[in-house]
Amino acid sequence: MHRFFSRYGPPIAMVAPSVILIGIFVYWMIGQNVATSMTDIHTAAQASGAQPHTFVGLENYTALLGSDDFQHSLKNLLLYTVVFLGGTLAFGFVWSWLLDQPVKGQAVFRSILLAPMAVSFIAAGVVWRWLLNSNQGESASGLNRLFQIVGLDFLQNNWWNNVSWGISAIAMVAVWQMSGYVMAMFLAGFRGVPDELREAGRVDGATGWQLYRHVIFPQLRPVALSAVIVIAHMSLKAFDLIMSISKAANYQTKVPAIDMFLFKGSYDYANAATVGTILLGIVAILIIPYLVHVSRADS
Amino acid sequence: MAVRIEDRLTARTAPGTARRPTVGSSIRFLLLLFFSILVLIPVYVLIVTSFKGQGDATAANAWNLPTQWIVDNWKNAWSGSVAIPAQAPGVLRSIALVVPASLLSALLGSMNGYVFAKWRFPYSNLVFTFLLFGMFLPYQAVMVPLVELMLSIDILPSGIPQLIFLHVVYGIPITTLIFRNYYTSIPQELIEAARVDGAGFFRTYRSVVLPNSVPGFVVVLIWQFTSIWNDFLFAVFFTNASNGPVTITLNNLAQGSILANYGASMAGALIASFPTILVYVLLGRYFVGGLMAGSVKA
Repeated sequence: MHRFFSRYGPPIAMVAPSVILIGIFVYWMIGQNVATSMTDIHTAAQASGAQPHTFVGLENYTALLGSDDFQHSLKNLLLYTVVFLGGTLAFGFVWSWLLDQPVKGQAVFRSILLAPMAVSFIAAGVVWRWLLNSNQGESASGLNRLFQIVGLDFLQNNWWNNVSWGISAIAMVAVWQMSGYVMAMFLAGFRGVPDELREAGRVDGATGWQLYRHVIFPQLRPVALSAVIVIAHMSLKAFDLIMSISKAANYQTKVPAIDMFLFKGSYDYANAATVGTILLGIVAILIIPYLVHVSRADS
Repeated sequence: MAVRIEDRLTARTAPGTARRPTVGSSIRFLLLLFFSILVLIPVYVLIVTSFKGQGDATAANAWNLPTQWIVDNWKNAWSGSVAIPAQAPGVLRSIALVVPASLLSALLGSMNGYVFAKWRFPYSNLVFTFLLFGMFLPYQAVMVPLVELMLSIDILPSGIPQLIFLHVVYGIPITTLIFRNYYTSIPQELIEAARVDGAGFFRTYRSVVLPNSVPGFVVVLIWQFTSIWNDFLFAVFFTNASNGPVTITLNNLAQGSILANYGASMAGALIASFPTILVYVLLGRYFVGGLMAGSVKA
């Protein structure tokens, strides 16, 4: 026993504070959140404890998931994720492919394409709110005005100010910010393809496109999978951009994270906690199979 | 690991690889130029609009250069005016937030990483996984009880001190992961040699591991610096315009007024982004290293 402590005591003591903090602030908080989501705390008086609350089981979940309002948020989240994923993967992949071979100004291009992600979503939102102004014709500014100037008038549209598709305009901004991230991931993937493999491909007579198609692209699958996970995970937390380009109260661009913020603001703690738990559930469905897959591939 | 990937990123751009331009490389160059211009359009708007006076603010002039370049927007955004909330206090509070928070979480990450890479104990892999799961937590799933909890513990004043604490806590998973991966590359013989020389757990950390940690610290500090500087979610739940970081004051400037003052908002956005852009320009190579580590597996 003494031996155990003299050997493992110091390392355990060193990680203990972190373990305790994560235990409280991640796991215990999740538990508290789930507990709150199963109560009927819908008013400020109940939130402050002035009025009693009761246990209602899964009632909030069924009510929320059954409501048109929240289904609209989930539909928006899905659309946002599809555009965000498709856009960042397409641009990120093409850019990294273009940069994979020597080209003039390579380092400068790489820096420019990566740069948008150095700024906050809030700062980006300031300029994109101006660019995505929904005015058209005479009073158009932003991108709609730019379309007029370059003679592409037919491209003018309402951007985020559209109930069915508006959220994809916000996702477009997220694509602008995060494609560079995916590019950096794919570039690392391209660089990770062993030179012997490229050589072997060439010896077998593969040229240009064939070399990419049959030798290099298949090597990028793990990177592509990581990118999908990272971007999808970011997408579920979509919040900052919507707050700064549109605003929380706009029905057009509502997603679950916005609902959570609004519920919390109106002291509807039960529904706020329910939305939070639903988001956690979606993340778990996405992440756990991935982690299992990765740890299997490792061992 | 992060650093090694960074080497790969630059490996094939070494001078001497430049060949005579071919048709293929010219097409690639033009495509990259096109995409770069697309990406830079918002930057043009930000800079140009921030220097425009009220007279230039018409829709017809939207994409023109300013008829007169003026700095009023910058002055107003920095120190405020009647209708424009000042950004200076937010910037200062963000600095007061980001410096201690990144240093503390880097130190904590380094200590944890050392244990999980070099000084394993029974079930340490399980404990590591336990910590790592925190990285995937959507913070919405803890925010309601978290706000209550922070209200009830009055050791920490609200505002920046609470944010420092929260960012350090929720930074534990990512910083631990980056350092663990980094320390795995320190040869085990080095640790063994120190042990043979009679150095214990703490001595080895101080005299062998820490001196070899500089690149790891750079990656983690940049990662934490940019993500904490750019954070809005914790800021909006735990602070307000009078005690919050610059993301809050900027959002207040951009969204607050009924009649949007785009000139001042865009100057404010540039002011708010200046530190992270500076870090990106000066230390961009490591920035990418942090990004790769943030993607868990590359």
